[in-house]
Parts: sequence; structure tokens; C-alpha cells
Amino acid sequence: MQQLYPLFVAIPLGVAFLILLFPKSLTKLVEVIVAIAEIILLIMVIALIGHEPFSYFIGKWIPPIGITLVSDSISTLLLLLINIVGLLSLLYSFKYMEMYTSKIRFYSLFMLMVAGMSGVVITGDIFNLFVFLEIATISSYALVGFGCEHEELEASFKYMILGSVSSTLILLGIAILYATFGTLNMADLANSILANGINRSVLFAEGLFIMGFGLKGAMVPFHAWLPDAHPSAPAPISAMLSGVLIKACGIYAIIRVVYHVIGMTNITHIILMSLGVLSMVVGVLLAVGQWDFKRLLAYHSISQMGYVMVGIGLATPLGILGALFHLMNHAFFKSLLFLCSGAVEYSTGTRNLKEMGGLFKRMPVTSSSCSIASLSISGIPPFNGFWSKLLIIIALVQAEYYAIAAVTVGVSFLTLVSFIKVQRYSIFGDLPEKLKNIKEVPVLMGTVLVIFAVLCLLSGLLYPFFGNTLLEIARDTVIDQQKYIQLVLQVVP
Amino acid sequence: MTIYLMCFFLFVMGLYCLIAKKHLIKKIIGIAILDYAVNLFLILIGYKSGGIPPVLFEGMNKQTFSQQSVDPLPQALVLTSIVISLGVLIMMVSIALRLYEKYKTFDTSEISRLRG
Repeated sequence: MQQLYPLFVAIPLGVAFLILLFPKSLTKLVEVIVAIAEIILLIMVIALIGHEPFSYFIGKWIPPIGITLVSDSISTLLLLLINIVGLLSLLYSFKYMEMYTSKIRFYSLFMLMVAGMSGVVITGDIFNLFVFLEIATISSYALVGFGCEHEELEASFKYMILGSVSSTLILLGIAILYATFGTLNMADLANSILANGINRSVLFAEGLFIMGFGLKGAMVPFHAWLPDAHPSAPAPISAMLSGVLIKACGIYAIIRVVYHVIGMTNITHIILMSLGVLSMVVGVLLAVGQWDFKRLLAYHSISQMGYVMVGIGLATPLGILGALFHLMNHAFFKSLLFLCSGAVEYSTGTRNLKEMGGLFKRMPVTSSSCSIASLSISGIPPFNGFWSKLLIIIALVQAEYYAIAAVTVGVSFLTLVSFIKVQRYSIFGDLPEKLKNIKEVPVLMGTVLVIFAVLCLLSGLLYPFFGNTLLEIARDTVIDQQKYIQLVLQVVP
Repeated sequence: MTIYLMCFFLFVMGLYCLIAKKHLIKKIIGIAILDYAVNLFLILIGYKSGGIPPVLFEGMNKQTFSQQSVDPLPQALVLTSIVISLGVLIMMVSIALRLYEKYKTFDTSEISRLRG
């Protein structure tokens, strides 16, 4: 398995370039190729679960000279999410993307995005992380504007401007760290920072990183692009962006930098907590008044990422566990919600909640999976969202942040309110006259929705079975900075 | 020190251009200036006044070589970063052209269908 580790980047990257050579008449073959590539990746990740952590030296250059790839439990968790959501969105897009032209280019950009995200997650070199981040985000700029209509181009441009600013800030942060310590390897940087203490340049770099990665992860003062960009993309891409891109490029990178490179300090703890609380509250308040289905979901992404950030910032073991669990659950239910909104748009041709109603009679599969996802995101037991929110709230109470715990409960209530609105206007109520003839979505799309709905239910109920091997060791990895340094900088024979 | 301050000034100028200008192309130029400022900063990190190229010829003393030669790594980083910003720039210009086709204007205050 160790020797195959670079394939997580190489396979999607290779496929992305290879399929562009096929003519348009072979679109079916291309679909088979990308599906096989994604299935292989998923099998590889599943083989990684429970594997001992290891590091892979590209070109046998010993760190800190060469680029190192690191496999530990937190990268495995993120890789698993990327590939589950990736495979299911891909299956969904086979039918859905027929309303667009040039499907092959879509698949190519899609695989490029998967390659970039996998790279961000597996790399152990901070400049390499930046490069992969750019691969993932550049392809996402293109995918957001894929429809080439007025709104999509506008959203894409806005996203691109803010995205480039964030990349520049991240690069500046990397430059400052390099100027101070003369190394780019994350473990080696961590070692130097431990030896020299946190001085002003490290703090400046950390601020730049939190700004840059916060922009990519749409934390609240930096969130302006997300409610435009995520709804404008085609539904499978919205699912990928909200489901994994903001996690891999935002949350994961913040975890890595804050916990493993610079080390958690009191001031970082306060900053991350305040970012989290702000995102949670502002996101949900803006979401309640929305009538565009996808835009409402996009605002909820901001709010739910706030939960994760609060858990990460809390820096107690239970808080981190809750955050990681919520990160995983959010990937499932938010992808499902975006795919449902896509399915509704596919059948009815509208995203405006006021024009829908009574869809349950015509589209039972979509409606019931949409209900399950809504229950999950609002935190109704026994669905997965309930358990992770409960963990975060318990962690907050244990750490004696009673006010923030109360805010968290309030936000959860507002989430419930806004999803009751979604249910009331889309699934129940009366069927409008012009939607009398709509049909259920094709079987493949329906299957994907059902699989996601089952995942939403099972990831809550089966926690005792996978929690230990997947999440709890990820939490231990996050906390243990020394172990990460030793893992990378081991003496190589 | 002055040159670092000027580099910072370039950065702030790019940021100003990005925020204050309403024209799409001017915004893109702002992004480019921002990129140049960071690239310049990276080059400055590796620079030594009176330094020699980081190539070890026969007969050179390794001790003095390591003291005199400039740091080659930031230059490699800058190359990578230039290629990346080229990619972003092309994306931006092509999207801006498409926007012009749709809206018949480059003015961002008129390109505002997305609200809320």
C-alpha cells in the first residue's frame, strides 16, 4: 500500500488528461473510464483504513529535502470523504449533465478537482499543499462557470477574485515561514517552531494562513463568494464543492497548519472559536430568508462549517471528535441536499421554492431522501447530524462555554425552522398546475440519492462500529503534534 | 530594508486596485500586481548582495560557496507560482470576455444579477 500512495493523485490526474483525447462520440466509454478510476480510488482508500501511519518520500529524497507524502488517520478520513462523495456525484452526473454540452471536459475538470483535493490532503510539504490547492480551486472556478450563463459567469468571476486573493495570502504566509526557518517541510517547520518558540513572524504567517484558508473554507467575514458560487455550479459540482472542497481546502488545511505546524495557542483558540460562532450565526440568519433552494443550502454550508470550526477551535479531545464527526456527516447530508435540489431542478426546471409544492406525489424517491437529509442537518435523532451536534454541545458545556453552547442550540433550532420551510414549500402542500406532468428522476440519479440517504442514517447509528477505526484515531492524530513530526522525520536507513 | 517596504507597497497597491476599481480588466491587473508583489518577496528572500549563482564548479571551496551563493529554492518556488498565476490569469480573462459577451459591459456595478 505504501508504494501505491502517490496514485491517489496520479490516477485522477492521468485520467483527467487522458479523457480529453477522446472524441465526443465516445462519451459513454469516457464515463466508464472515470467511473472505474473513482472505484479504484475508493477501494484503495478503504484498504488504507486502519493501516499504520506512514510517510512516502518522493524520489527517495530524505526529508526535509524532498517532498514527503504523509498518510495518517486524518488524511485517510478526508480521502474517504472525497472519494465517496466523488464517486456518487460522478454517477449522478452521468444523467444530470446531459443538459449541458461537452461532458468530456466536465469529467476532465472533475477529475482534476479530485486530484487537487487528494493532493492537498496527502502532502506533507507546505508549498506542495499550495500547488495542489491551486489545482483544486482553478478547476472549481471553471466548474462553477460551466453553464456559461449570466449568473454563472458572474459567480465564477467573483469566486475567482476572492480565491486568488486567498491564494496570494497563503503564498505570502509560506514565504514568511520559509524566510524565518529556511524549510518547507511541515514537520521540519514544526520542529523549528517548537525549538525557537512562536515569534512575531510566525504569528503573522499564522494570521495570513487563517485568512487564506478561511477564505477557501468560507468562514464568515470571508464568506461572500460561497452563496453565489455554490448555487451557480451544476448540482453534482455543488455537492462536491459544499461536500468536500471547502473541507479539504479550508478546514483540513487549517487543522494541519494550526495543530501540526504552528501548534495550538491560546490566541488561535480564541480566533478560531470566534470565527466559528460568527459563521454559525450569520450563516443561519441569512439562510432563513432565502427562497432559492440552492442558495439556502449554500448559506447553511457556512453555518454548518461554523459548527466544525467551533469544535476545532475548542481544542478539547471531545470537541475535535465532534468536529471531525460533523465534518463527515456534513459531507453526506449536504451533498445529498444539493443533489436533491438538482433532481428537483431536473424535473421541474425551477429552483424557486415558491413555485414548487406537493412534489411528494410525483417524486417520492427525491422527496423522501430530501426529507432525510433535512432531518439530518437539523439535528433530529436518530440521523447523523444529531449525534455530532450533540458531541460538540457536550464538549462546549464541559469546557464551560455555556453561552456558546446556548448559541449552538439556538442555531440548530433556526436550521430546523428553515428546513421546515423547505419541506413545507417543496414536498408538501399543493402541486401547482404547471408541475402536474413532472416525472421522477432517472433510476441512476435516484439510486445515488438513496445511497446518500442510507449513509446519513447509518453513519449516525453505526458509530460504535466505525467510530474507533475512523474518527477517534483521527482525533488522536490531530492532538499529537510530536507523533506527526516523528512520523515524517524518522531516521531513514 | 527599503526594498522590502517597496515590495509591501506594491502588494498594497495591488490590493487597492482590486478593491477600488470597478472595471473587470483593472481588477485582473490588480490580481496580477498582487502576484508580482509576492513573487518579488520570494525572490528577495533568496537574494544576497554580491552573491554568486548556486552552481558548484570544480575547485571551489564548499565553505565559502555555501556562504556566498544565493538560495536557489525561492527561485524554483517563484517559477511554480508564476505558472499558477498564469493559469488563473487566463481563466480570469476568458471569463471576463464571456461576461462582456453576455452583459456588453466591463463595469462590475452593472454586472450584478446575484443578490442576497
